[in-house]
Amino acid sequence: MTYILVLEQILNGLQLGMMLFLMAAGLTLVFGVMGLINLAHGSLYMVGAFAAAAVAGWTGSFLLALIASLAAAAAAGALMELVVIRRLYRRDHLDQVLATFALILIFSEGTRWLFGSFPLFLDVPSYLSGPVSLPGGIQYPLYRLTIILIGLAIAAGLFLLIARTRIGIQIRAGEADREMIAALGVDISKLYTLVFALGAALAGLAGALVGAIQSVQVGMGEPVLILAFVVIVIGGIGSIKGALAGALLVGMTDTLGGVFLPQLFAVFMDPASAASAGASLASMLIYILMAAILLVRPSGLYGGSA
Amino acid sequence: MADVVLKTDRLNKCFGALKASSDVSLDLRSGEIHALIGPNGAGKSTLIKQIAGNLVPDSGTVELLGQDVTALDTVARARMGLGRTFQISALAMEYTVLQNAVLGALGGRGRVFHFFRNVMKDPELLEQARDALERVGLTQDANRRTADLSHGQRRQLEVAVALTLKPKLFLMDEPMAGLGTAGSKALTGFLDGLRQEAPILLVEHDMDAVFALADRISVLVYGQIIATGTADEIRANAEVRRAYLGEEDAA
Amino acid sequence: MMLTRESLLNWAMIAALLVVPLAAWSLDEPFIITLATKAAILALAGVGLNIALGLGGLISLGHAAFFGIGGYAMGILAAHAQNYEPLFEWPFLFEGSNQMPLIWLVAVVFSALAALVIGALSLRTSGVYFIMITLAFGQMLYYFAISWSAYGGEDGLSIWVRNEFPGLNTLDPIQFFAIAYVILCLALVFAARLARSPFGLALAAARQNEDRVQAVGLTPFVLRLTAFVISGAITGLAGALFADLNRFVSPTMLSWHTSGEIMIFVILGGVGRLYGPVAGAALYILLEHLLGGISDYWQIFLGVLLLLIVLFARGGLIGALAGREKAHG
Ligand SMILES: Nc1ncnc2c1ncn2[C@@H]1O[C@H](COP(=O)(O)OP(=O)(O)O)[C@@H](O)[C@H]1O
Ligand SMILES: [Mg+2]
Repeated sequence: MTYILVLEQILNGLQLGMMLFLMAAGLTLVFGVMGLINLAHGSLYMVGAFAAAAVAGWTGSFLLALIASLAAAAAAGALMELVVIRRLYRRDHLDQVLATFALILIFSEGTRWLFGSFPLFLDVPSYLSGPVSLPGGIQYPLYRLTIILIGLAIAAGLFLLIARTRIGIQIRAGEADREMIAALGVDISKLYTLVFALGAALAGLAGALVGAIQSVQVGMGEPVLILAFVVIVIGGIGSIKGALAGALLVGMTDTLGGVFLPQLFAVFMDPASAASAGASLASMLIYILMAAILLVRPSGLYGGSA
Repeated sequence: MADVVLKTDRLNKCFGALKASSDVSLDLRSGEIHALIGPNGAGKSTLIKQIAGNLVPDSGTVELLGQDVTALDTVARARMGLGRTFQISALAMEYTVLQNAVLGALGGRGRVFHFFRNVMKDPELLEQARDALERVGLTQDANRRTADLSHGQRRQLEVAVALTLKPKLFLMDEPMAGLGTAGSKALTGFLDGLRQEAPILLVEHDMDAVFALADRISVLVYGQIIATGTADEIRANAEVRRAYLGEEDAA
Repeated sequence: MMLTRESLLNWAMIAALLVVPLAAWSLDEPFIITLATKAAILALAGVGLNIALGLGGLISLGHAAFFGIGGYAMGILAAHAQNYEPLFEWPFLFEGSNQMPLIWLVAVVFSALAALVIGALSLRTSGVYFIMITLAFGQMLYYFAISWSAYGGEDGLSIWVRNEFPGLNTLDPIQFFAIAYVILCLALVFAARLARSPFGLALAAARQNEDRVQAVGLTPFVLRLTAFVISGAITGLAGALFADLNRFVSPTMLSWHTSGEIMIFVILGGVGRLYGPVAGAALYILLEHLLGGISDYWQIFLGVLLLLIVLFARGGLIGALAGREKAHG
């Protein structure tokens, strides 16, 4: 186990963390501002990936594909908000869960109907493929590094947006008090649509970026959605800072656990059972982390009262 | 001095910069009605919540029946005999009036882990529940859905549920609010007799009721008790007149 | 006793669930019997969830965990029995089993234990946190099952013959249906009594107003945890039966789609209605069968239907047919 391998895995953890942050940011904003739990957020991730794959297929341009993922997911998100979601703000969580679960069925089967069951492929463009040398002699895939940088840039942008801009002020006011911001004369339904579309666009971008490393297929959003929930539970619902901290924690734990737990077990077990026991435990590691954090802080690292 | 049933010792509670309780010390003795008055936002409900166990004070202690209960939760305090009515009715709204009263009686009995017998056919619970409803005048309404009750009737039901617990003391947060003149009169008469059963710490805005009922009155302003005494002493107290009754007179 | 429209409807439903497979049996249509068996088992899973969801107001998106644990209890015991590999030899020799009563017992005990642990952790929170955490724990077991290669990993476990029940031939569809149907009826009776019991009164009160329950000296956490355990155990039993019906168990039983589907049975029928899961599961099977015959993408229609019910017809099927719910008691 060399230190280069460790560093490489840390970068991988960082990359997963950044993707999770893009997902979790939208979820946590939507919950913080509108009080809505949206299970269909993973569908927006899928929409972004499919849009990117389709556009890349027609035009051959990765940049256009990314733009398409943002636009398609934002449009799908805005549509979803206008047609369904806005009827749910005043409903209880059960109705929100059911309606957004219904949306998953509609989106997943609809996509399968349009694109078929076979995975699509989105290629990493030539100018981003191949490894790059980092200080310390590490060879790391340029594309993954790009994902990390995009994630960091977006995180910084979101913090600025929320801390500095008019919309950010309205978002924070909306978290504090829905009636108040309506009383201030802000068009609250427009704000909600905007926030929802923003969250959707981030999810769509994440889908497109990951789609180039994995395959683009129906249902791809759901594992990520559940990881994003774990992120939010750990970070505290409604907090962007919590989403970032939770995403990095989950990304690191999942990546490093998956690689190093089997090796750790091999110290005192035979290789075959170490591999399987290590893999089993690694698959549960982030949930154990979540449970541990819940025991200490039931409302997450940065959450208020649950 | 009669037995002290409840005592708070220098309770402090802040919400950010706002000091909602500031060195609040008061006691409740058996057989008495101790009224707590003060303008809106003075911190009366905040105090009640600390006594009932919903809010943890920043410092200070709460003593119930001679035992320090500051670290105990609401449930434990209720089991010790603290019966409470809420300022905003806290009732099971889908239930009938009778079901709410039976719930109280069930809580008073404490043995809840029975999964097969029909709770609404338990003679002992029903008797306690009907009895409590009768005492507050809700017998006619026993089978109505709680959500369909008027505001005043919900206040009465709150009192009835507290009665089913057979508590050793009552905490009542504005039980008369919304009752109307006739209703307040009736409840005043009822509380008058109730003090023999268990003492009452009564938060109330209805000054007629307070002055008619209270053995002692404490006045809370900006989180601080500025005076405690009999009705006459409070009427005569200059600071109270200035800080509190003065406002009322002006209004 | 006066029969309300809802109780008439309930009787009609439970009778239909018996009459349809009996008719199919006399017409020699085993496939329809199997569909009815599936409906009865899924309804049982829903009856379990409904105790947490309808009575206790606990929106669990992790009930697939208990359904799957029940399924794996069946799969593991039966696989060891059929392969003559003892499950353990210490402290006593245990060879696995193909006897349903023992399998059910193991399924109930283990799903109850899992519900105890998951519930104790999740119930420290409420609202959306609770939803996400139950979902996450369910998913944890799903990934665990996938990585657990000793019992088939992602591919799951098959058994060759259905397990046995003393005195019955479980391979005969109508006899296996009878088992599932009787268990469903017992569970309905249990749930009905539970709802009217002292425990049920306190549990449903905690859903309506937590402060009130605490103020009368009862602890909502303990009430809810108990309900969650009972709920998980019943859903676990359903899981064991479901696996036996298919003679197969796989991680799919643990996936969160399964949790969502169990919830759909409860909702399609009507939340908090005792027989809601029966109506919901029957409707679901019917839709799957009818729409699935028309289009491979029938779940689009299911999604639209569910959406319409949530947005416009909150009482579900029973609500639409029997009108507004009455305060019980
Ligand atoms: N949970 C809370 N968080 C912040 N401020 C609170 C909270 N509860 C009460 N307050 C504030 O504390 C003060 C006292 O409130 P309260 O005890 O309800 O007054 P009263 O019952 O005497 O009208 C008010 O200014 C109120 O706004
Ligand atoms: Mg008050």
